[in-house]
Amino acid sequence: MSTPLLEVDNLWAHFQGESGRIEAVRGISLAVQPGETVALVGESGSGKSVAALSLLQLLPANASVRADAIRLQGADITRLTGEPLRRLRGQQVAMVFQEPMTAMNPVYPIFRQLAESFAPEGVPGTRQDLQALRRRAVELLAMTGISDPEQRLDSYPHQLSGGQRQRVMIAMALARRPQLLIADEPTTALDVTIQAQILELLARLQKELGMAMLLITHDLPMVYKVASRVYVMRQGEICESAGTESLFHRPRHPYTRQLLASLPASHSPPRPAQAVELLRVRDLRCHFPIRRGLLQRTVGHVKAVDGVDFTVRRGETVGIVGESGSGKTSLGEAVLQLNESQGGLLFDGLDLYAADRLALRGLRRRIQVVFQDPFSSLSPRMTVEQILAEGLLIHRLESSAVGRRRRVEAILAEVGLPVEHLDRYPHQFSGGQRQRIAIARAMILQPELLVLDEPTSALDLSVQAQILTLLRTLQVRHGLAFIFISHDLRVIRAMAHEVLVMWRGKIVEQGETETIFERPQHAYTQQLLAAAMHV
Amino acid sequence: MPIWSPSPLALRRWRRFKEHRRGYHALWIFAVLLAFSMAAELLANDKPLLIYYQGQFYFPLWKSYPETVFGGDFVTEADYKDPYILEKLRQSPNWLLFPPIPYSFNSIDSQLNHPAPAPPAGRHYLGTDDRARDILARLIYGFRLSVLFALTLTLIGTVTGILAGAIQGYFGGRTDLLLQRFIEIWGSMPELYLLIIFSSLFNPSIFILIVLLSLFGWMSLADYVRAEFLRARAMAYVKAARAMGASDRAIMFHHVLPNTLTPVITFLPFRISGTILALTSLDFLGLGVPPSTPSLGELLQQGKANMEAWWISLSAFTVLVTMMLLLNFIGEALRDAMDPRKES
Repeated sequence: MSTPLLEVDNLWAHFQGESGRIEAVRGISLAVQPGETVALVGESGSGKSVAALSLLQLLPANASVRADAIRLQGADITRLTGEPLRRLRGQQVAMVFQEPMTAMNPVYPIFRQLAESFAPEGVPGTRQDLQALRRRAVELLAMTGISDPEQRLDSYPHQLSGGQRQRVMIAMALARRPQLLIADEPTTALDVTIQAQILELLARLQKELGMAMLLITHDLPMVYKVASRVYVMRQGEICESAGTESLFHRPRHPYTRQLLASLPASHSPPRPAQAVELLRVRDLRCHFPIRRGLLQRTVGHVKAVDGVDFTVRRGETVGIVGESGSGKTSLGEAVLQLNESQGGLLFDGLDLYAADRLALRGLRRRIQVVFQDPFSSLSPRMTVEQILAEGLLIHRLESSAVGRRRRVEAILAEVGLPVEHLDRYPHQFSGGQRQRIAIARAMILQPELLVLDEPTSALDLSVQAQILTLLRTLQVRHGLAFIFISHDLRVIRAMAHEVLVMWRGKIVEQGETETIFERPQHAYTQQLLAAAMHV
Repeated sequence: MPIWSPSPLALRRWRRFKEHRRGYHALWIFAVLLAFSMAAELLANDKPLLIYYQGQFYFPLWKSYPETVFGGDFVTEADYKDPYILEKLRQSPNWLLFPPIPYSFNSIDSQLNHPAPAPPAGRHYLGTDDRARDILARLIYGFRLSVLFALTLTLIGTVTGILAGAIQGYFGGRTDLLLQRFIEIWGSMPELYLLIIFSSLFNPSIFILIVLLSLFGWMSLADYVRAEFLRARAMAYVKAARAMGASDRAIMFHHVLPNTLTPVITFLPFRISGTILALTSLDFLGLGVPPSTPSLGELLQQGKANMEAWWISLSAFTVLVTMMLLLNFIGEALRDAMDPRKES
């Protein structure tokens, strides 16, 4: 084998924080051959991003890195400083980050930021030079397949969509033809169909430019699609490295096996024997007025949800899929009566729109919700006991403090958290544990319908599998109905009995999960499935 | 369960505050100074703390005794500075105990053997002002008045500001729009002119000053609280509480408010020092408290009027600067302790 392009030998990195020393990377070694795509896979906190950042010395000041060697084309880059380091960063190794919005400067147009990447000394003064620079920028943008590259040059980052921003980021990274591209979760913040496009783009450019790519991600199916070799990281160490095929089909390390087993099942759950109708949604609309001018006259509406019909039965899950902006969250909030909406909502024969304050409060107990982000959905200044007991107090379900305590303890046990944690605050828990608390907060009211708004999207794969199992158990035990909102088609397939596909506020296709996944009818559904289920 | 159990977050912040040594020491010094000034009557007073007269104890601080009790001629309250009475009280076996500074803030030393203002000497440690009143006594009482005044005003301003900001931020929309316009109009009123007009309409008093200043002192804080509420309102835990059926009031004060107090608490010391300065400047201009009240601003003004009596301006200046410095150090430490970038 020829000399590898990048060779890392025994890399360590730690942070000196207020609460002590945190070992983020513990002696990892890896190699990337020229033109090859290598994936570094791990869950959050595994140290994969830290490892990548330390290659280019991009870690914050309280971090310290040491390594036996970091060699790029045989030359040691461990202790580069000043001008050579700058040259290394843009010219030889480039990076693409996860969040394309924050990785760009919001006050400069695209051209200025692009020009900076291939003319770091500053934009030249003469007209001809500027013209030449613009031509190069257009060329670069065109290469990334962005539409109207000429116009885009004068746009600001906020005027572009997430996918377009990521394309610009890639253009910036590729401006000086690096030999190695480090892509840190390049598609995590994007919709599925856009993800597929970006991956395709990266693969194409890689072939055209003959560069190598180090892909850092938690997304296993994506790794399977693009990488030729995989390193699996866990707690700062590499626990397994293998060719993609052999890793996915013959995993050796127990952690890799566990990760692969955490991928959601590819069949929908069995339907309950008899299902009674619980919620009927008829022609539901959420129109948010657009106001303009001094008098704030309504000039039009954003039709977040535009005429949606469906039925939820007891013990069953209705999955709602769609990309960001499709109106799926607005739909969930309309069912919860948290936003302005019109239409018909019949819950167990009761009209939610006709309900007065008191009746609505009673109904709120029966319809509960779990949100996506387990960090913002729990008030940071309340203990777990306060959070869980609040619902009991509001609905006067338990008048004695002892009784409340007993019910809080019972519900904690049911969602699989130790009872000793009652007096703790949310920040003392991991993401998965916090999501369990959020589920407990909903379950303690003994609801009949649970709206789950992307309940596992912020969680790691193995934690996601645990939460999904918990939700299924609760559903079967209590005969709960779920409205399960997600952008992740695999999760929907594993959870839902019925699926609604939403696109721009409308349902473009609905039906039994298996039917939709096996024989999608609508063009958009087909596109969505092709992008997501390509494993 | 304990009545008040501080959250681990609060404990961590307290620890960080303590690590900020300058601020922590400033807090202690300020607390001690405040405690001493609270006992100003025991430190500086023209009445004795205790009298032993003809086999009986008297407490003139708490009870007023007519002169006749001590063998004088008048039925009015005894003047303990009167040499005739003093002589009777000091005659063995009688005795009396004066506070360390035997002058109150408004007691005029009629036996001063130097034209007022008198320089520092054994009789008056920091000298007297131009009305022959002891400066140290006036400083002690003035410090107390300034701090109490500032605390009251800050309390009123903070509560009003939080309420206004909370209502604006939580309800948003039209409520926010109207209140915001009201604040703009209210905030553009010329505060100083109003004070001048009111001080000529009414007899100036502490009460009127507090009312007038608190009419204007809440607005800056309301803006911060409003912004924090706007942010917190969109958090998922607020949505979850609404979905649970919690009332608006419960959400505002139980869920949102505890998460918005950081700017409020951080600003407290700076608000206090700002208010003290405001009172001092009003007094300096003669628009503040009534003339006999012990006030730092009035002392500064006397210092300006009597430039050769350096001890007046120097001592008032020193007290003022020390107070501002201590409060700013405390504020600095508090700001560091509450810094959200140091969380996690």
